[in-house]
Amino acid sequence: MIRIEHLKKRFRKLQALDDINALFSSGQVVSLIGPNGSGKTTLIKSILGMVKPDSGCIYVDGKPINGDPAYRGNIGYMPQIGRYPDNMQIGQLFSMMKNIRKAPEASLDNDLLVKFNLVSIFDKPMRTLSGGTRQKVSAALAFLFNPDILILDEPTAGLDPLSSELLKEKIMQEKKKNKLILISSHVLSDLDELTSHVIYLQEGKMIFLKDIATLRQETGEDKLGKAIARVMRGGKKEALWIDEVLAVKESEKLP
Amino acid sequence: MLKLSRYVLYDILRSKVIIVYTLFLLTVSFSLFQLEENNSKAILSLLNIVLIIVPLISMIFTTIHYYNSYEFIELVVSQPLSRSRILLSEYSGVALSLLSAFFMGVGIPVLLFSFSETGLALLFTGAALTLIFTSLAFLAAVSARDKARGIGVALLLWFYFALIYDGLVLMILFSFSEYPMEKFTLLLSALNPIDLGRIFIMLRMDVSALMGYTGALYKDFFGSGTGTLYTTGIMLIWIVLPLLLALRIFKKKDL
Repeated sequence: MIRIEHLKKRFRKLQALDDINALFSSGQVVSLIGPNGSGKTTLIKSILGMVKPDSGCIYVDGKPINGDPAYRGNIGYMPQIGRYPDNMQIGQLFSMMKNIRKAPEASLDNDLLVKFNLVSIFDKPMRTLSGGTRQKVSAALAFLFNPDILILDEPTAGLDPLSSELLKEKIMQEKKKNKLILISSHVLSDLDELTSHVIYLQEGKMIFLKDIATLRQETGEDKLGKAIARVMRGGKKEALWIDEVLAVKESEKLP
Repeated sequence: MLKLSRYVLYDILRSKVIIVYTLFLLTVSFSLFQLEENNSKAILSLLNIVLIIVPLISMIFTTIHYYNSYEFIELVVSQPLSRSRILLSEYSGVALSLLSAFFMGVGIPVLLFSFSETGLALLFTGAALTLIFTSLAFLAAVSARDKARGIGVALLLWFYFALIYDGLVLMILFSFSEYPMEKFTLLLSALNPIDLGRIFIMLRMDVSALMGYTGALYKDFFGSGTGTLYTTGIMLIWIVLPLLLALRIFKKKDL
């Protein structure tokens, strides 16, 4: 469903994406994993056409994405930090989105809207919302149009445990409908039960793209977190992520 | 396109700046027509307002609006809408509200007190300048990611067209005063829409009799149908060219 070929993107000094090649097909739940600044969000934004790559090509459903914007009608996107017009009310936001997408009312998936109890606060302006509520709005919007492709950037960050569970259940349901779901997250335990494939990025390079069974077999670990840690330890000792964890632990030791 | 513009317009109306702008123009125009006994004198004073204030407000308002609606733009870019459509809806929303403010604030008093060729020329120039400086402001805002820099560039552009350019023209005229410069100054006027507007209106007033030989030549040209066509054409170029440039930059931009 999504094919990425030789994708490269450079932001001034930083090589955000370095020759990424990947193929994602329907029915997969792909976890995007990597340290901060490894290019996960850039990759996601490239697929959505928000970031224009320097070279390389992305195909969605066999068509290159730099022509007709209609392909985005088939994608639900939940951004890492949902930023919305301050003056707009939640209800207006949803009616605007329906207006833009021209989807018939019957095809809409209001599930999360109801579960997150957003309808009761439809008249609240976006600027008064807390970070978590914004995340709920973003999630409800991503699922609203029943898209075949779901792209979720750090979906559970900032959500309370209950909402986080609700969202995970929802993702499981959608997975059963043979959709393609791309998730980037640092909370590996969240991904454990969902994911079918793992793509690991580091400093803009794709280190591997494997299905979870192979990964478990190769590392001999059952938990995703441990498996990833093993891969990182085996290959790259300088992995930023681990360094950060160690640094935090080091600083805790100090009085 | 109109669908999106509706939300842009709604957002603008909420901020109330445009209402204050309308009231300001209305007060100024009415008081000028009340204070001056001679209506053409009032038009002359109004001319200066139109030539200085209207471009300034158009530029500042547009740049600030663009940066404030960055979230909105980010939101709709991930939807199935083309980038040019998004920018054009933003443009039409801003331009429409500024134009209606101008027509309400200046148009109504002019039509009431001084419905003449000069009055209509003033309205035409004011409307054209609003559109031109909205275009220029979009160009400045789109090319600078940083808010302060964007507004700075917009202000500099305004300074250039409103003040610096005249100084440059005077300097050229003084240093080449030995030569016949009439045709050349005609060309120079095309490079600054504010100057062009000023000449276009002034030559429809009695004061043009005081401008000597150059004035006579100008009157010959701008008074005729060709002159009106020429002015309209140049103004149109000034509206379309910056907007096209802004579109080109916006299409390649990373959001």
